[in-house]
Amino acid sequence: MSAAVKTSAALAPITDIASLRGDFPALRQRVHGHPLAYLDSAASSQCPQAVIDAIARQQSLDHANVHRGVHQLSERATLAYESARERVRDYINAASEHEIVFTRGTTESINLVCSSLGGRLLSSGDEVLITWMEHHSNIVPWQMLCEHVGARLVPVPITDAGELDLEAFDRLLTDRTRIVAFVHVSNALGTVNPARELIAKAHAAGAVVVVDGAQAMPHKRIDVRDLDCDFYAFSGHKMFGPTGIGVLYGKERLLDTMPPWQGGGEMILTVDFDRTTFNALPYKFEAGTPNIAGAVGLGAAVDYLSRIDFPALEAHESALLEHATERVAEIDGVRIVGTAAEKASVLSFVIDGIHAHDVGTIVDGAGVAVRTGHHCAMPVMDRFGVPATARASFALYNNEDDVDQLIVGLRQAVELFR
Amino acid sequence: MNELQELYREVILDHNRQPRNFGEIDDADRVIDGVNPLCGDRMTLYLKLDGKTVEDVRFRGSGCAISVASSSLMTERIKGASIDETMGLFEMVHEMLTNDADEPPDELEKLVALAGVREYPSRVKCASLAWHALRAALTGADHEVSTE
Ligand SMILES: Cc1ncc(COP(=O)(O)O)c(C=O)c1O
Repeated sequence: MSAAVKTSAALAPITDIASLRGDFPALRQRVHGHPLAYLDSAASSQCPQAVIDAIARQQSLDHANVHRGVHQLSERATLAYESARERVRDYINAASEHEIVFTRGTTESINLVCSSLGGRLLSSGDEVLITWMEHHSNIVPWQMLCEHVGARLVPVPITDAGELDLEAFDRLLTDRTRIVAFVHVSNALGTVNPARELIAKAHAAGAVVVVDGAQAMPHKRIDVRDLDCDFYAFSGHKMFGPTGIGVLYGKERLLDTMPPWQGGGEMILTVDFDRTTFNALPYKFEAGTPNIAGAVGLGAAVDYLSRIDFPALEAHESALLEHATERVAEIDGVRIVGTAAEKASVLSFVIDGIHAHDVGTIVDGAGVAVRTGHHCAMPVMDRFGVPATARASFALYNNEDDVDQLIVGLRQAVELFR
Repeated sequence: MNELQELYREVILDHNRQPRNFGEIDDADRVIDGVNPLCGDRMTLYLKLDGKTVEDVRFRGSGCAISVASSSLMTERIKGASIDETMGLFEMVHEMLTNDADEPPDELEKLVALAGVREYPSRVKCASLAWHALRAALTGADHEVSTE
């Protein structure tokens, strides 16, 4: 089952990061007459050809429903689906494939924990600790849960640089804290949180820890056992896989005690009208026909990432971020939002007198894709007193030409609005 | 830059820099909030109605150049106009923003500057926010309007 893992691990890790760009067909197109400079990977990253091929192969020849089928195609589909699970397990170093639940993405993963575990863990007067820099998907589910059970949602403030206020974290983490949920890498600011340290402290206080890893996966090699988090949520489409597939990693000990959160096929062993017995992990949490091709695509993305030398990747991205930060900051009236010491390659900024949406439209005219708006992190926008920012995010396939093109677009915006 | 220049015509840039009728009306007959959840743009529209005409109109808010200029141009155009004419303008603007085929009618006057928006589907909501707020205010709605 893990044949693919073995072959890829046997190849030397790729250290020439610049060579990877050619693997991404989307980046070969022109937009508005310019080469595409895709700087929106924090919203959705592009897929390498290997991922596209894996999905096409699955859909062309092996499309059938998984599990319980006795025919050839169903067996192939099941094998492909389960082998994707095994590769994800191996990639994040989970102890068992029982700990890898396929979901639609980070949002669904967090909601799963929230509805299945949250209500059992929390009662009136308890607290859920989150941070001021969370994506809405790590705020709203907890808020709904807290309202339901009469618990309190406590956000840890952030500093002017966009770093977590660690003193406040220590102060707000109390014996009332049952759950600590935080983002590993902030999508709006790029801040990398000291996950291991936060997890250790939360555990010492007796809390269960849920980490939103959506933005960490494309930039960092994650080892869930080294982190020692209880749950880790991520999305395929932010790590060079397709949309509609994601993962909830959870410690087996915890997943075992949790009731299913959706009922239906796949998640049962037996059903009669008096009683249903639930399937084993992870199937207990995968009601209904899963996103098979999505899982296969995610498995291929994980294979792709497995071959990359992450120290080389991190060096590539941090050099690019540094270069882009310098160049963008040179532009008249620019203010960078998020200047943490530990930052992933995400550059949020505002320009005096030009709304982020106008910036986005104008740079699009120069072939540059950036995201503009509140980035599903309205508390962050409030904290920095801006309605919206423009955000350029860099992935392994970006290079200095992309930055140059961004600068051209930004200068056009400034000139137009001058 | 051609399509962009169509979008950001001088009139638009000017009204963005110096929005007309910006502020509040203390004794407004209608006050309505408009939001564009996509952008986080927010505006509040104040109307003073005098039987059949829009006697005074002002707005407050923050948003992109398209939404600010659209609000500003709208207030300029409807101030003193009859409510019937104003509702007609709503229809014409709506048609201009969403329908590629037709030449915008002359009655729109300066509002034709907004025609470039139709090449940018994601920005149509920016231009129409003020107009949706206006229609809601005139038809007596008293809740927040949203472009979604
Ligand atoms: C930090 C973070 N968390 C969660 C999410 C939600 O991910 P998804 O929409 O794939 O569920 C995102 C995506 O925008 C994100 O950036």
